[in-house]
Amino acid sequence: MKAWLANFRGFSAARWWGVVLKEFLQLRRDRVTFAMIVGIPIVQLALFGFAINTDPRHLPTAVISAEQSEFSRSLVAALRNSRYFAITEELPDEAAGREALAEGRVQFVLSIPPDFSKRLLRGEKPAVLLEADATDPTATGMALGAAEQIAGAVARKDLRGPLAALVPGEPPFEIRVHRLYNPEGVTQYNIIPGLMGVILTMTLVMMTGLAMTRERERGTMENLLATPVRPLEVISGKIVPYIAIGLVQSTIILLAARFVFGVPFFGSIVAIYVAALLFIAANLTVGITLSSLAINQLQAMQMAIFYFMPNMLLSGFMFPFAGMPTWAQWLASALPLTHFNRLIRGIILKGNGWVELWPNIWPILVFTVIVMAVAVRFYRRTLD
Amino acid sequence: MSAEALAIDVQGLNKFFGDKHVVADLSLQVRRGEIFGFLGPNGSGKTTSIRMMCGLLTPDSGSGRCLGYDILRESDAIKHQVGYMTQRFSYWEDLTIRENLDFVARLYEMPNRRAAVDEALERLGLTSRAQQLTGALSGGWKQRLALAACMLHRPQLLLLDEPTAGVDPTARRDFWEELHDLAAQGISVLVSTHYMDEAERCHKLAYMAYGQLLVQGTAAEVVAAQRLTTWAVHGEHLGELSQRLREAPGVEQTVVFGSVLHVTGADAATLEASVRRIAGGAGLHVETVPTSLEDVFIHLMSRATDNYQDRP
Repeated sequence: MKAWLANFRGFSAARWWGVVLKEFLQLRRDRVTFAMIVGIPIVQLALFGFAINTDPRHLPTAVISAEQSEFSRSLVAALRNSRYFAITEELPDEAAGREALAEGRVQFVLSIPPDFSKRLLRGEKPAVLLEADATDPTATGMALGAAEQIAGAVARKDLRGPLAALVPGEPPFEIRVHRLYNPEGVTQYNIIPGLMGVILTMTLVMMTGLAMTRERERGTMENLLATPVRPLEVISGKIVPYIAIGLVQSTIILLAARFVFGVPFFGSIVAIYVAALLFIAANLTVGITLSSLAINQLQAMQMAIFYFMPNMLLSGFMFPFAGMPTWAQWLASALPLTHFNRLIRGIILKGNGWVELWPNIWPILVFTVIVMAVAVRFYRRTLD
Repeated sequence: MSAEALAIDVQGLNKFFGDKHVVADLSLQVRRGEIFGFLGPNGSGKTTSIRMMCGLLTPDSGSGRCLGYDILRESDAIKHQVGYMTQRFSYWEDLTIRENLDFVARLYEMPNRRAAVDEALERLGLTSRAQQLTGALSGGWKQRLALAACMLHRPQLLLLDEPTAGVDPTARRDFWEELHDLAAQGISVLVSTHYMDEAERCHKLAYMAYGQLLVQGTAAEVVAAQRLTTWAVHGEHLGELSQRLREAPGVEQTVVFGSVLHVTGADAATLEASVRRIAGGAGLHVETVPTSLEDVFIHLMSRATDNYQDRP
């Protein structure tokens, strides 16, 4: 206690105020830090306040309707009115439905059999099939719950007059739900593969973000610039060790997913590593670009966090993609993590092949090329 | 003078940082095998000039050649043949001495890399400490390592930016011995410094202040060009005398060196009258002495300050 009190002996308010003033002055000169102080709360508020929705509505749904009848139309309308389902396309057959689910274009496929209304009127309790992409149990759970109640509601509304006899008791038809890809709804099956992209983003962007600023901060950049070494040699040379680090991280996560969490692997290991390599490249170019833009390591760090946050929140890792408003979906579609999450979940849980993967591969390629161009453009060949 | 005889030949280089004119109309020639001293106060534009010569900064206007290559368009070729030693130690402190040298050798794509690194370590006398981290070296050793590293690719021209700042006198002397050895082998050296003894060891000198090159030539030429006369006053407690002399007619500057006071001015007759009246009147021994480089530089510096402040 006495020793602790000794800390306060001779405390000079004038000196203390001097330190406070100095910190404020330095803070004011560091524009990027200042921008972050204002920027981070705004971005957080926008993302959490407007974009994120843990009870996602308007999930994209495809309809395979083998008959056009009053009943099929009112069933589709009822689904839409529940606000959980947004009918985005009409598909010809079951194969097309499976493809749309595998690609992640739709969350649900509703199949109405050809003799639906006939059998309904005969009181045979026909079934419609609602297939769900259940990789993310939180995204589909509420919607499936709503769907169960719809059958009864539709019947009550449409079956009037002489048909009203069919109404009481059980619903006159059944919505049979198939949870595809993750039938037991195990959250880990969805989270663990998603974690791979999150971890790669966090470590790689941060580490490469510091790589170039470290040279500048320590004064070694001047030395490097005075030698004949070319920008592309420096940038790509700095990237290589991190590619190795990224692959090691991927392997650790995959091993843990398989043997610790028991995630089922349906797709090919080669496809996983191709996707991982592509994603690693995208992140490294981001890191190198931040590194060329930032003036010191602290700024690089802040920019990395600034980049990481929307990736984390919008990519569909934590919160369902389909639940976000359109503007947030557009933003998320520009981020490589969104596409990587779909790729890795598609490969591991759905066993997707190259054809289904391609729609999420090219955006990452485009992203990488653009960011790389920015990095080379902003690499300063001189000290100007 | 033929182009081959010049290692550096720049004309009318200008550089602005914002609206600050950092280097103004710099023209400078350095012959091959010459040690060229670059002097001037801090912030006078020496570092900026050196950076422009080796392609690290792009001049806003002007032209020039370095080892026969155009400094604007052929900076890649220049980088291969120039060794640049930065003002601040700029090798990797988290690499060992050998790793640093090896990395530099790779950047210059040196054949027989291993042999060149071994040789450099041996010349440095660091073979036994090759595995030591560079960050743990003392200032003098860092500076020797930096020189060895920028010499590794056998450049034709060395640009050294205050290489001996903060280095002890013995290490400085050894360093200059080495520079003269290199010059004897035909290597040209442009070296910036604040030390007068080093300035005197250069074949040629240039003095820069506020971005302007004020004078260049051999040490003797630089001194002669200013046409200054200097008187030495011997005695004790010269501080107060110095104050009085400075206000006397004909006296431009006074510098105390322990028990000797140097009084310098451009007008020899008026200066002599003032010195005899004030110092001689106090019964002190006075004599004329050759104006030293230091006197000249202080004179140049004060004049440049005046000019600078007069500018609108």
